[in-house]
Amino acid sequence: MGIINNINKAFDHRIRLGIMSILMVNEYAEFTMLKELLEATDGNLASHLKALEKEAYIVVQKQFIGRKPNTKYVATDLGRLEFKKHINALEKLINRS
Amino acid sequence: MDAKNYLDDITQIKQMMNKSSRFISLSGLSGVMAGIYALIGAFVAHYYIEQYLEKLVTNEVSRNSRPMHLEIEFKLLVIAALIMLAAIVTGVILTSIKAKKNNAKMWDASSRRLLINFAFPLITGGLFCLILIQRNYISLIAPTMLIFYGLACINASKFTIGDIKYLGVINVITGIICSQYIGYGIYFWAFGFGVMHIVYGTIMYLKYDRK
Repeated sequence: MGIINNINKAFDHRIRLGIMSILMVNEYAEFTMLKELLEATDGNLASHLKALEKEAYIVVQKQFIGRKPNTKYVATDLGRLEFKKHINALEKLINRS
Repeated sequence: MDAKNYLDDITQIKQMMNKSSRFISLSGLSGVMAGIYALIGAFVAHYYIEQYLEKLVTNEVSRNSRPMHLEIEFKLLVIAALIMLAAIVTGVILTSIKAKKNNAKMWDASSRRLLINFAFPLITGGLFCLILIQRNYISLIAPTMLIFYGLACINASKFTIGDIKYLGVINVITGIICSQYIGYGIYFWAFGFGVMHIVYGTIMYLKYDRK
């Protein structure tokens, strides 16, 4: 059952899957953009972002535009690699059944 | 978890990747309308050009009459500007309606990116056409417009539904062929901007809008 090992628990949630999908095809994403796309609440989204950050799959870039705080999220190389593995594992599981 | 759940995951991944990177609310109908405006414009322009040529032949104006040349150039520029304006206004209105229906924002990161990538080759082409007028290479204006517009479409295709790439490729090819048939520019122009827009818009409308 080799492939099962590649199913990554860290991605095992709709919101986290969504965050990683968005960050795979975009240079970065702002908090508000993620919120709109994933239709999540602030708290819910923040906790999932924190979890991915803890795994070092994404990094946070905080800065100020004028006086407004602006938070950007970027996928790390590790995050991209792990997410690709995860997708491959999902596809294999689907094809097998 | 069974296979069905994994399949849902993959669907969700694809959907998010598309939704976050491509602006999908471009209205097909606005393509059709742009084509119709272009055909009307080409028709009017054709009429003015014929009139102008007739006056040249019957020697009503001399070949060296500068004001006369300027007048036709000015008329054609105004027609081109009016077509563009009408197409943009219609496009913005129809696209905002479609975006509302899709529950998407008209002005977000994806539409901004689409617009920038579309506008860059287009504005370059527009400026280059003005340079051609300045240098009196009038015969190359129609092919140049077609080629740059085609390149703009190809460039934009990475940021919206991909079909616009084919419109771009066809317009580039039309532009290249057009450059070899000097004097028939207006017909190629009407084909590329008029007919092909209507075909593209109709396909888009049938494929994506009509749900």
